[in-house]
Amino acid sequence: MKSFYGVSLANPLMLGTAQYPSPAVLAEAFKASGASVATVSLRREGRQGQGQSFWSLIKKLNIWVLPNTAGCHTVREAVTTAQMAREVFGTDWIKLELIGHTDSLQPDVFQLVEAAKLLCSEGFKVFPYTTEDLVVGERLLQAGCEVLMPWGAPIGSARGLSNEYGLRAMRAEFPDVPLVIDAGIGRPSHVSQAMELGYDAVLMNTAVARAGNPVAMARAMALAAKAGRLSYESGAMEPRDMAEASTPVIGKAFL
Amino acid sequence: MKIVLNGEVHDVSARTLDAVLVEIGFDGLLATAVNGDFVPQLERKTRVLKDHDRVEVLAPMQGG
Repeated sequence: MKSFYGVSLANPLMLGTAQYPSPAVLAEAFKASGASVATVSLRREGRQGQGQSFWSLIKKLNIWVLPNTAGCHTVREAVTTAQMAREVFGTDWIKLELIGHTDSLQPDVFQLVEAAKLLCSEGFKVFPYTTEDLVVGERLLQAGCEVLMPWGAPIGSARGLSNEYGLRAMRAEFPDVPLVIDAGIGRPSHVSQAMELGYDAVLMNTAVARAGNPVAMARAMALAAKAGRLSYESGAMEPRDMAEASTPVIGKAFL
Repeated sequence: MKIVLNGEVHDVSARTLDAVLVEIGFDGLLATAVNGDFVPQLERKTRVLKDHDRVEVLAPMQGG
């Protein structure tokens, strides 16, 4: 497995922390998934200090924390949010999200590259939420990113890998770069598919948090990731257009 | 002095960012920004606020 800014993850699942039915279910789902990374955010603090109890819960998970810049639409917003996140969470890791389209939450890749340059120059270890565009991927690497996170499908859509061809091309174009499918996952089969393409990790949130049984779904996602990775390493056969009998023809009785 | 903190207007008597946070009742792990610029924790005691400044006080929250 490739490392993420020098960190080798024991488990290729990165799991979001939003939308669970309760904090207890969140904690159980994380345990069941074995996820190595938890994504978190920053939002306005209320007078009751809601953020403090959430942070206590996440610290107890004892896994890597990846703060995001979710909801940011400008370079300035994203950079300031990243700076605030670094102080609060005590990590240089930042999941850089710069949203460019309201309905699809598609990343604004132009501002993304600009923000990545600024943050990398400030010592951040940037995990950019991007598309499968190869040229943008190259620009992000030139900006200093050492990980790329193309979307599978729009955030929260559960549509899986919308452009498998493009994602396969990205894997082939950047064979040594850690690649993470970020967003669009709905089912364990999507996770398997991503891992079978040779992706190094999968980041998801809604598919687990909004499942009928988030804890069981978290476990299913973990098993799917393991199966997909093993498949990738085992060298799956190429599909054929025509049938080829598996039982030997030689020796068949003449009846 | 009137400031806008997390989108709400507050009439505060404290002058520095650090003191304003205490006056309004914030505590714990927080990050701050004034007029869109990050203000590190170590600078809050010396950061003097002006009338109509926009202050953001953020805390850890669920995220995907």
